[in-house]
Amino acid sequence: MEAGARAERALGGGLPAWALGLIPLALIAAAIGAFALLGGPGLGERTGPPVEEVAVERTVLHPGEIELTLRNDGPDPVEVAQVAVNDAYAPFAAAGGREIARLGSTTLRIDYPWVEGESLEIFVLTSAGGTVEASVPVAAETPEDDLGFFGLMALLGIYVGIIPVSLGMLWLPFLRRLGPGWMGALIAFTVGLLAFLAIDAGLEGLELAATAPAAFGGTTLVFLGGLVAYLVLAGIDGYLSERSRRAEGAGAGASGAAYLALLVAIGIGLHNLGEGLAIGSAYASGALALGAFLVVGFAIHNTTEGLAIVAPLRDDARPGFGRLLGLGLIAGAPAILGAWIGAAAFDPSLGAFLFGLGVGAIARVIVQIAPAMRDAEGHFLYPASVAGMLAGIAALYLTGLLVAV
Amino acid sequence: MSKSPAVEHNADKGISRRKLLGGAALAAPAVAGLALARGGDSAIAEPPASEAEAASSHAGHASFPHATFAAGRSVDHGANGFHPTEVLRDFDYGRTRRLASGRVLREWEIVAHDREIEVAPGVKYEAWTYNGRVPGPTLRAREGELLRVRFVNASEHPHTMHFHGIHTALMDGMPGIGDNRGSGQVEPGESFTYEFDALPFGLHLYHCHVAPLAAHIARGLYGAFVIDPKQGRPEADELVMVMNGFDTNFDRANEVYAVNTVGFHYVEEPIRVARAEPVRIYLVNVLEYDPVNSFHIHGNFFHYFPTGTSLAPSEFTDTVIQGQAQRGILELEFPYDGDYMFHAHVSEFAELGWSGFFRVGDPSRLTAATAASMYCDLPWGKGGPA
Repeated sequence: MEAGARAERALGGGLPAWALGLIPLALIAAAIGAFALLGGPGLGERTGPPVEEVAVERTVLHPGEIELTLRNDGPDPVEVAQVAVNDAYAPFAAAGGREIARLGSTTLRIDYPWVEGESLEIFVLTSAGGTVEASVPVAAETPEDDLGFFGLMALLGIYVGIIPVSLGMLWLPFLRRLGPGWMGALIAFTVGLLAFLAIDAGLEGLELAATAPAAFGGTTLVFLGGLVAYLVLAGIDGYLSERSRRAEGAGAGASGAAYLALLVAIGIGLHNLGEGLAIGSAYASGALALGAFLVVGFAIHNTTEGLAIVAPLRDDARPGFGRLLGLGLIAGAPAILGAWIGAAAFDPSLGAFLFGLGVGAIARVIVQIAPAMRDAEGHFLYPASVAGMLAGIAALYLTGLLVAV
Repeated sequence: MSKSPAVEHNADKGISRRKLLGGAALAAPAVAGLALARGGDSAIAEPPASEAEAASSHAGHASFPHATFAAGRSVDHGANGFHPTEVLRDFDYGRTRRLASGRVLREWEIVAHDREIEVAPGVKYEAWTYNGRVPGPTLRAREGELLRVRFVNASEHPHTMHFHGIHTALMDGMPGIGDNRGSGQVEPGESFTYEFDALPFGLHLYHCHVAPLAAHIARGLYGAFVIDPKQGRPEADELVMVMNGFDTNFDRANEVYAVNTVGFHYVEEPIRVARAEPVRIYLVNVLEYDPVNSFHIHGNFFHYFPTGTSLAPSEFTDTVIQGQAQRGILELEFPYDGDYMFHAHVSEFAELGWSGFFRVGDPSRLTAATAASMYCDLPWGKGGPA
């Protein structure tokens, strides 16, 4: 302590704290300025020709026209020279200019009489002769993002999010009839289900991230999203439990159960945000037909999520109808938001981050509710809990088969 | 270049396309742009007979009459150092002198250079060239002459000149054969003089034979090699067409296809020929990475002389297929005025650049340059006896 204080005095002199904080910053700025002015002394030129990296962020089909949004993901500017669709050069206009600066983007409007149902292979030829490829597996007109379309996406979110989750919550009276020994197994069921969702969302996020520009983080975004959601939820949790301890003194009891249910709803809600995003973007790109079968499949799939939310409430005194509805909305409504984002402003980097958020949130929820699954001796894994978890995983796996696109 | 599976088409495709292309407003500016890109020539703005037919069968296709590059930009031929329109009628007769034996000796000097060329508007390609152009100069001699080709390698890579013809192994331009006493690999900065007889008469080619062979050919090291029969050929407007392609991203599949290097060049600048005058086309296929190439002409038929080694045509047709290094002579006349398309009937190549037009007009309206280049002052060549 003594020595440290002395050293501080010697270094800092009598300067105020803000000046001490500012000096390194000013030095860094000066160093960067000098380095740039001198043109990076000692580094020399690059070796070899520039490597072009361009990501296709969005493909939109209008009658007789293909719209392609490109982002330059590499270190050098890239110039778009020509565009060919299905091995035929086609005229085009570049809304953001033909030259794309680093991290910049441009939108090409390609004049091409595409035919519904055919597949499209597009290659963009750069001035250096490199190619950027984009493909549309099944060509279909991209829906206009007008009011009607937002309405449709909202309806979709209600169908696959709010209604099934709320329906799933109707199992609550049934759960109450089960003996007290069932509590652990029910929580285990929820944990299994959540684990499945986390894995599913994580893989989907990684798959999406692989198509995103690497400059914005790519797959890192999924992990970052996970970390952010986990930490934020842990922080909120700490704040809330501190407050409730102060208010009620000891023993959480029934309000603890309600709190667990809320957490599960939040985790599932964040997951449904990602799911909505996937549905919306798939619909917008024509990769998804909104058949009744698919909607029914999603609905059944998500009904199990309602069950997971109410499982912790088994021993709750009497949750009000309003509160149950609130939980259903928290868990289901983000699907609507996700579908809007996915359909109107789809961006693979944002999508990957949102999926990451879902994973992190679920992981936090699992950590939070897992203690409730312990048996009398404090074990996590015993026949009933293992069976519960496996049942949760199986429920989602099997209903997931209905929505395999 | 595509390896994608064939897509099944609906029988009523025309109808669905019309349905899709409701936006006439979109189409109109694109058509104007096309007319500009082709030099704003009014003859093109009104579709010629052959195109009018196509237009009526695709009523909604006004904005996409055929594949093309984006409007508003064209290749800088000055920077390239050669012009595909001039390449057509540019025959290099070399220098000649008569030997004591009475035989004609014909000599050329060919220099290999590395050079960036523009193969489509805005698309640069690091080519390897003979005499700075792709295709290399069209070397032309007469049957039985003694030929001497001094080859100087000013490129950064080893090259050779391998001629198709009848000659000794040591003059074959084949690395590993006679490396020290003959025509093996010519290293950068070195040179070698090939010497052989002009045999047999016909249409041939030359190209580099250094490994990796596909890469050395694809980079642009090839050219046409014409040996006229002793008695010559009938007078005609003679054109050289070397069918080639460019793998601009080096994935061993071509992105740009062309005749004489620049994709769609003869769409932008149709080849002017005189009505009812004989036209002779020396057609050579050097295309790398694709197994076949082809030539098809609209509204006309031609006599075909495979490899040009017989004076009797083998076929009267409007389409020929050639594998790599196959070549042949086409003889035809255009009976009617107008614009006539010619293109690879491998439609994919056609839409990736290998398309062009003949613009047939009154003979008196032919440019002086065209008339001057018309055949032919052999055996002495343009320079006359040395």
